[in-house]
Amino acid sequence: MELEAAKMIGAGLAVIGLGGVGAGIGNIFSSLIGSIARNPASRSQVFGLSMLGFALVEAVALYALLISFLILFT
Amino acid sequence: MANPLEQFEITTVVPIRIAGIDASLTNAGVFMLIATAAVTVFMVAAVRPRSGSEVPGRWQAMAELAYEFVAGMVRENVGQEGRRFFPFIFSLFMFILFGNLIGLIPYSFTFTSHIIVTFAMAITVFIGVTLVGVFRHGLRFLGFFVPKGVPVVMYPLLVPIEILSYLSRPVSLSIRLFANMMAGHTMMKVFAGFVVPLGILGGWAPLAVDVALSGFELLVAFLQAYVFTVLTCLYLNDAIHLH
Repeated sequence: MELEAAKMIGAGLAVIGLGGVGAGIGNIFSSLIGSIARNPASRSQVFGLSMLGFALVEAVALYALLISFLILFT
Repeated sequence: MANPLEQFEITTVVPIRIAGIDASLTNAGVFMLIATAAVTVFMVAAVRPRSGSEVPGRWQAMAELAYEFVAGMVRENVGQEGRRFFPFIFSLFMFILFGNLIGLIPYSFTFTSHIIVTFAMAITVFIGVTLVGVFRHGLRFLGFFVPKGVPVVMYPLLVPIEILSYLSRPVSLSIRLFANMMAGHTMMKVFAGFVVPLGILGGWAPLAVDVALSGFELLVAFLQAYVFTVLTCLYLNDAIHLH
C-alpha cells in the first residue's frame, strides 16, 4: 500500500518539469510575436523556426509525462 | 471508464512463427503496410498521365507540394551533397506523416506511438549517418567530438560529453516522436472518457475539448514528422560537413 502511495506521489512529482516547459513555450511565442511585430516581413521564415522550437520544447514535457507513466505502470 | 492506454495494445492478426521467433503480423504491422500502400498510391497515382488534359490536377499539385517541401528542407539543411540522400529522407517523412495521420482516424492504430517502431527508425538514421561520416572522412570523423576553440585542458571533460550527446541522439529522436503521439492520443482518450459519465448537461464540454484536440493533433502529427526529418537532415549535415 505504501509503495502504491509513493508511486502516485512520485508520478505527480515527475511532471513538475511541465513548469519549465510552460515557461519555455511562453518564451518562444513571446519572442515570435515580438519579432513579427518588429518585422512583419520575416513572418514566413520565423514561423517555421518557432514551430520547430515549440515541438522541441513540447517534447521535454512529454519526457516528464513518460517518466510519470513509467513510475505509475511499471 | 475504459483504460486510455488500451488503444496502444498490440494484437496479433496473422500468427506467423519463423524458427521459433514470433514474427506474427500484428495490428501495428497491418497499419504500417496500409501507410506504405497509401504513400505509394499517393505518389504514383499523382503522376499518372491524365487523359484529355495537359494541365496537372490538384492531386499532382499536392504530391509536388510534398516533394518540394522535403526537397527544400534537404537543400537548406544539408546542401548539394544531400541530394543523394533525398529518396531516403523523403520516404522517412512520408512514412511517419502517413503513420501519424492514419492514426488519427478513429478505431485505427498509430504505429508511431510505439517506441520500438520509432527507435528502429531512429537507430537506422543514426547508424546510417555515422557510416556516411566515417566513409566520407575516415579517422577525421573523430574530430567531430572535439569542440572547436576550447583549450586542450578542457578536452578530457568535453570530449566524453560530446560523445555522450552524440550517442543520445537516437534515444531523444525516437522518444520525441513516440511520446508526442502517445501523449496526444492518451489525452484525447482521457477527455473522451469523460463524455458519457458527465451526461447530457456536462458531456458536451469534454467533447468540445476533444474536437479542438483533434485539430491540435493534426498539427502535432505533421509537426513531429517534420521535426524527425529536419533533425535527420541536421545530423546528416553534421556527418557530411563536420561542424
